[in-house]
Amino acid sequence: MTEVREIATDAGIPVREVYTERDVAPALDERLGAPGRPPFTRGPYPTMYRGQLWTMRQFAGFGSAEHANERFRFLLDRGQTALSVAFDLPTQLGYDSAHAVARPEVGRVGVAIDTADDMADLFAGLPLDGISVNFTINATAPIILAMYLVAAERQGASQASLAGTLQNDILKEFLARKTFVFPPHPSIRLSCDVIEFATQRLPRFNPISITGYHAREAGCDAVQELGLTLASAIAYSEALVARGLPFDSFAPRFSFHFATTMDLFEEVAKLRAARRMWSRIASERFGAHDPNSGRLRFFSGNSGTTLTAQQPLNNIIRSTVQCLGAVLGGAQSIHVMGYDEAFEIPTEEAVTLSLRTQQIIALESGAARTVDPLGGSYYVEALTDEIEARANDVLTEIDALGGAVAALEQGVSQRWIAASAYRIEREIAEGIRPRVGVNVHEDPEQASVEVPALFTLDPSIAERQIARTAAHVASRDGAACAEATAAVEAAAGDGVNVMPSLIHAVRAGATLGELSDVFRSVFGEFREPHPW
Amino acid sequence: MRAPRVLLAKPGLDGHDRGIKVIAMALRDAGAEVIYLGLRRSVPEIAQAAIEDDVDVVGISVLSGAHLPLAADLLQALDREGVVVPVVIGGTIPETDIGSLTELGVAAVFPVGTGLHEVVDGVLELAARERVER
Repeated sequence: MTEVREIATDAGIPVREVYTERDVAPALDERLGAPGRPPFTRGPYPTMYRGQLWTMRQFAGFGSAEHANERFRFLLDRGQTALSVAFDLPTQLGYDSAHAVARPEVGRVGVAIDTADDMADLFAGLPLDGISVNFTINATAPIILAMYLVAAERQGASQASLAGTLQNDILKEFLARKTFVFPPHPSIRLSCDVIEFATQRLPRFNPISITGYHAREAGCDAVQELGLTLASAIAYSEALVARGLPFDSFAPRFSFHFATTMDLFEEVAKLRAARRMWSRIASERFGAHDPNSGRLRFFSGNSGTTLTAQQPLNNIIRSTVQCLGAVLGGAQSIHVMGYDEAFEIPTEEAVTLSLRTQQIIALESGAARTVDPLGGSYYVEALTDEIEARANDVLTEIDALGGAVAALEQGVSQRWIAASAYRIEREIAEGIRPRVGVNVHEDPEQASVEVPALFTLDPSIAERQIARTAAHVASRDGAACAEATAAVEAAAGDGVNVMPSLIHAVRAGATLGELSDVFRSVFGEFREPHPW
Repeated sequence: MRAPRVLLAKPGLDGHDRGIKVIAMALRDAGAEVIYLGLRRSVPEIAQAAIEDDVDVVGISVLSGAHLPLAADLLQALDREGVVVPVVIGGTIPETDIGSLTELGVAAVFPVGTGLHEVVDGVLELAARERVER
C-alpha cells in the first residue's frame, strides 16, 4: 500500500487516534443542557427509557387489508407495541387497484387501499382508540387520513382518542423516495392542510414525520441527511407561518425520522446534533416560546442499503448495531430491518427476529438503563459538535439556493444524493469501503444465496381487490358521491383546507383513485428534472 | 465507431432509483452513451425510445417485486415493433425468478448483491456483441 488513507467517519469527518478533553470545545454544559430541556442534546424527555421504552414499530403490510390485518395481529401477539402501515405503490400514487398502471403492483410493497371499507377491514378487531398507528403515506396522505378517520368513526373511536403519525413529508419524496404526484408547491399545501387540520382536531396525532431517512438510503451521508431534513422542517414551518398559524401552534406536533446506519458513534452524534439544531432553529429562526416547539422527537429506521444479499444472516448483526445506535441516540420509536429484506418482504421468522433484537437491547443490554449513556464521551461530543457545524453549512448552502423547495426544483439536492451514492458504490467495488461477505471475508462456497423461506404473495390478490372496489362503487349513492367529490375539487381550487370535504367524500364512498384524479386535475402532475 | 449506447429506465411505479442512477454514472464513466428516461416510464415509452435512439442495450430496474409482468410487457412491446435489442434487468429479484426472466428472453439479470463492475461489464459486453451482429 503506497497510499495512506486518512481515517475518517462514514461522512468523511477525520478521526483522531484518541480523544481527550482538549478535543471538546468549552462550555459543553450549555450545549448539553439537562435531558428534556433545551437544547435537548441529551434527549427530548427527562427520564427517557427509564420512564418509557421506545415504541417498537415494525413496518408491515402487504396484499389485501385482510392479509395486512393478519400480519398486524401477528406482530401485536409477539409484543409489538404499535403499528406501522406500508401501502402498495398504487395507493401511494393515487391509483385504484383496477387502473392499468396499478395492476402489476397491487399489494406488493404494502397493502392496497382503495376505499374507506378497505381501511375499516385493515383495522378490523384492532381498537383504534387504544393503539398508535404510523402511516407511511405522502402524496395521498390527506385522502388516507380521511379514510382512517372514517374507519375510526365506524368503530366509534373519537378523533381526540386517535394516536399515531402520518409521514406526510412530501419534500423528501422529491428528494429521494419518489412517490410524488403533484408539483412541489401544491404538494406542500396539501401537507400543510393535514397539519393544520390535525393541530385543530387530532390532539394525539403527529401530522408529519419530517424525514431524512430516504435521502440517506438514496445515498447521502449523515451530515447531508441532517441538513436536508432540517431544511425541509424549515420549509414546512415557513409555509404554515405564511398561512397565519403561530409557530408554537404546530411545531410541537412535528415528528422526525432518521436513518441509523453502521457507523455507530457518528450516528449517535448525528441524532444528538439533530435535537440541538432543531431546538436552536425553533427559537432563533421562528421565535418559539413553547419549549415543546423545539423538542425534536424521532423515529429511527435501520438502513436497508447496508444489508447484503451475500451471507444474509450477517444482516442480523448489522441490524443489532444499528438498533443500538438508535437507542443510544435517544429514539422514540424504532424499526429493525428483516435480515432477508435484501430479497423480499420479510418473512414472519425474520420480522420476529427484528422485534426480538429490539427486545434484547431493551431488556438485556442495559443500554436503556440511563439517559444519554454516551454523553460526555470526548469522541462523541467532538463528533456531535462537528456534525452540527457541517450540517449548518449544508443549511447555509440550501438557504443560498432559496430554500429546500428551490434546491430540489433545481435538482441540486438530488445531485448531492446521487453523487454520494455513486462514490459509496465505487468504494465498495474497489474494496476501500469494507462489506463483510461482499468485498472482504467472502465465502466462495456460497456462490448462490440461500434464504430459508422467501415470502410469496398470493397472485389472486389483485383480482379480488379489483372486484371488491367495483362492488363498492356499484353499491354507493352515485349522485351523493359525485356531489361530495365536487366539493373536494372546489376546496382544492379555492385554497380552502381540503380535509373536511375529503372526509365527507370518503364517507360518501369516493375512492382513492377518484379523489387523486380530482387533485391531478386541479394541481397537475410533476415530472422530475433530468438527474444530471 | 460510436460509443455503446444504453437506454436505462424505471418502468412501473417503483421509485427506488439509487441503483439505476449509480449504474448510469458507472456506464458513462466506462465510455458508454447513457440515455436515462427516469421514473415511472410506461412500457410503450421505453420501447419507443429504444427504437428512436437506436440503442444497443435496454436496461430496466425494478425493486417493487413487479419485475416479471413488467419485463414480459416490455419484451412483447419490443417484439411487436420488430426491435431486436438485448434487455437487461436489475433490482430485488429473487434467485427463483431468474430462470423465468431468462425464459421470457431477458438477456441478463443483475439481482441485489451484484457488484458494480459485474453490471457494467455485463452491459458493455452485450452492447458490443449486439453491434457486431448488426
